[in-house]
Amino acid sequence: MISSVCLSANRLGLLLWLLFLPVVLASLWVGPVSLSFDALLQPGSRDWLILFELRLPRLVMSLAAGAVLAITGASIQALFRNSLADPGLIGISAGAALAAVAVLVFGGAWLLGPFGPVLVPLAAFAGGVLVTVLVLRIARTPQGVSVTTMLLAGIALNSIAAAAIGIMKYFSDELSLRQVTFWLLGNLHSTDWSSALLLMAIGAPVVALLLREGQQLNLLLLGESQARLLGVVTSRLRGRLILLVALGVGTVVSLGGLIGFIGLVVPHLVRLLCGPDNRALLPLSALLGALLLTLADIMARLLVSPAELPIGIVTALIGGPFFLSMILYRQRGRT
Amino acid sequence: MTLQAGGLTLLRNGRALLQSVDVALRAGSLTVMLGPNGAGKSTLLHVLAGLELPEEGFIRLGGRPLTALPSIERARQLAVMTQDQPLDFPFGVEEVVLLGAYPLGLGRAEERAHCQGWLQRLELQHLSRRNYLSLSGGEQQRVQLARVLAQCGEQTTALLLDEPVSAMDLRHQHLCLQQLRALANAGAAVLVILHDLALTALYADEVLLLKKGRVLVQGPMRQAMTAPHLSALFDVRVEVSLQQGVPRFSSSLPNNAVPL
Repeated sequence: MISSVCLSANRLGLLLWLLFLPVVLASLWVGPVSLSFDALLQPGSRDWLILFELRLPRLVMSLAAGAVLAITGASIQALFRNSLADPGLIGISAGAALAAVAVLVFGGAWLLGPFGPVLVPLAAFAGGVLVTVLVLRIARTPQGVSVTTMLLAGIALNSIAAAAIGIMKYFSDELSLRQVTFWLLGNLHSTDWSSALLLMAIGAPVVALLLREGQQLNLLLLGESQARLLGVVTSRLRGRLILLVALGVGTVVSLGGLIGFIGLVVPHLVRLLCGPDNRALLPLSALLGALLLTLADIMARLLVSPAELPIGIVTALIGGPFFLSMILYRQRGRT
Repeated sequence: MTLQAGGLTLLRNGRALLQSVDVALRAGSLTVMLGPNGAGKSTLLHVLAGLELPEEGFIRLGGRPLTALPSIERARQLAVMTQDQPLDFPFGVEEVVLLGAYPLGLGRAEERAHCQGWLQRLELQHLSRRNYLSLSGGEQQRVQLARVLAQCGEQTTALLLDEPVSAMDLRHQHLCLQQLRALANAGAAVLVILHDLALTALYADEVLLLKKGRVLVQGPMRQAMTAPHLSALFDVRVEVSLQQGVPRFSSSLPNNAVPL
C-alpha cells in the first residue's frame, strides 16, 4: 500500500469514528417526541421506554443495515470487477424481496410456527443467492464480466421480480397488501429488539467474514485468470462472496425492505477519497454505510414530522442524483 | 527439465487448437515461441499455466503433475503473464506491483523493498505513485510485467509470458527482455511469446515454432531459425544472413502471393 493512500485511509477512518458519536446521539435524541433528561433516569417512564424500546433498537438496526449494505456493495463490485455493480441494480435485493413476499403472502400457518421469525430472512437469502448466481452466469464470459449484460440482466430480473410481487399483491388481502407495500418501500419504523438482534446476529459475522477477504478481492480486480495465477482459488472465493452477500442483503431486505443506493454510493465515495484498495475500502465502507443510513433515518423522521418517510425513499432521493452524477462524471472522463 | 509437457491436445467447438504438442523448458534457458496469428501460441501458454485443461496430455512442473500442486504453491513456482489485463480500478502503480508479491507471503517492509527493486529495474520508479489507469498502453504493460516479475521469489522455477513487450518502445523492449535473460541466467526456465525475429535472435537460447496447433520445430535458436523453417512457419519468404555473428532476417511476400 502506498503510504500516502494508507495515511488518508487512516485519516478518513478517524474522521468517521469522530462523527460516530454525534450521529448516534442525534439518532437517539431526534424524533416526534422530545425526551427529557430527568425522565430518562426513571426506568419504565414514557421517555425511558421510547429511548430503550423504540429508538435504541432502531439505531442498532440502521447502523447494522447500513454497514451490511455498504460492505456487500463493495464486495459485489469486486466480484463483478465493476464499480457500478450494486445488490439493488443487479436484482439481488429484488430477488430477496420476491422470495420474502412469497413467504409473507403464502406462508400462512408456517409463519406462526416455531421457525416463523427466521422463515422470511431465510427465503430472502435463498432469493438473493439465486439471483446472484443467475446474473453471474449470464454476464460472465471467458473475457470477464460484461457490464452491459450484467446491468441488462439486472433490469430483466428486477422487472420479473416486480411483476411477480405485483401479482402476489393483487391476490393478497387488505392487511398484507398494506404491510407488503409499506415494507417494500424500505423502512426501519417497526424495528423492535428481536429484529435488531436478528440483524446483528447475522450481519456481524457477514461483515467480519467479508473484512477478511480484502486482499483476495484486490487480486480478483486484476482479472480472474490473474488472481488464479497468483494462487487464489477463485471458484471458492466466488462461492464465499455470493453466500455472504446474499445472506447479508437477504436479511436486511427481509427486516427493512428495499433500501437502495447505500451499496453503490458508499463504496464509491470511499474509493474517491482513498483509492480502491479493498483492505481499506471494506472497513471504511461499513463504517460510512452505518453512519449514512443512520443519518438517512434521522432525515426520514424529521422531513415530514410527526409522520415519517420510508427510509428507502430518502436513500433513493439522495442516491439517485448521486448515481446520475457518477454516470455523467464517467462520461466526461471518457471524452 | 523444469517444465515438461507432452501430447497436449485441446479441442474447442470441435476444432483442435492444439494437436499432440510436446514442450520442454530447461532450467537456465530462455525459449521464444514464434508462430503466425491463430497458431495456438496463447492457448498453449494458457494450458501450460494451468488456466485451461487439455483433453489429452500431461504437464509436469519440477517433476510433479501441475494439477497436483496447491494453487498457492504453483503461484510460488510459476509466474505467468497473459495478454489480457482487465484491471479497471484506479490502483497506484506501486500497489499493482505489490499485488504480484502476494504469493511470496513477505512482511510489509520486505515486500515493499522487493517491489521497489522491480520498479527500478523496469524504469518505473518515476511512475510509482501514478494512477495505473492514467498510463499509456506501453507503460501499463511494463507495470504488469513488473507485477509478474515481483511474483518471482526463491522457489520460482519457471516463467511464461505472452507477448510481454508488444506495446513497448524499443528501449523498454530491450530492458525487459534483458531482465528475462537475467532470470534465465539465474536458473529459471523462461518461455516468451514474441513476434520480433530480431529480438528473438538476440535473447533466445531456444525457439519453439508453432503452426496450426502443432510444433514445427523446437530446438536451439541457431539450428531452428533457418530460412526454410521460418518461411514455412509464416508463409513468407525469409532470408537469413549473419552480421557480426548475429542472424539478420529479411522477409517478403512471394511474387503473386496476393491478388492486388
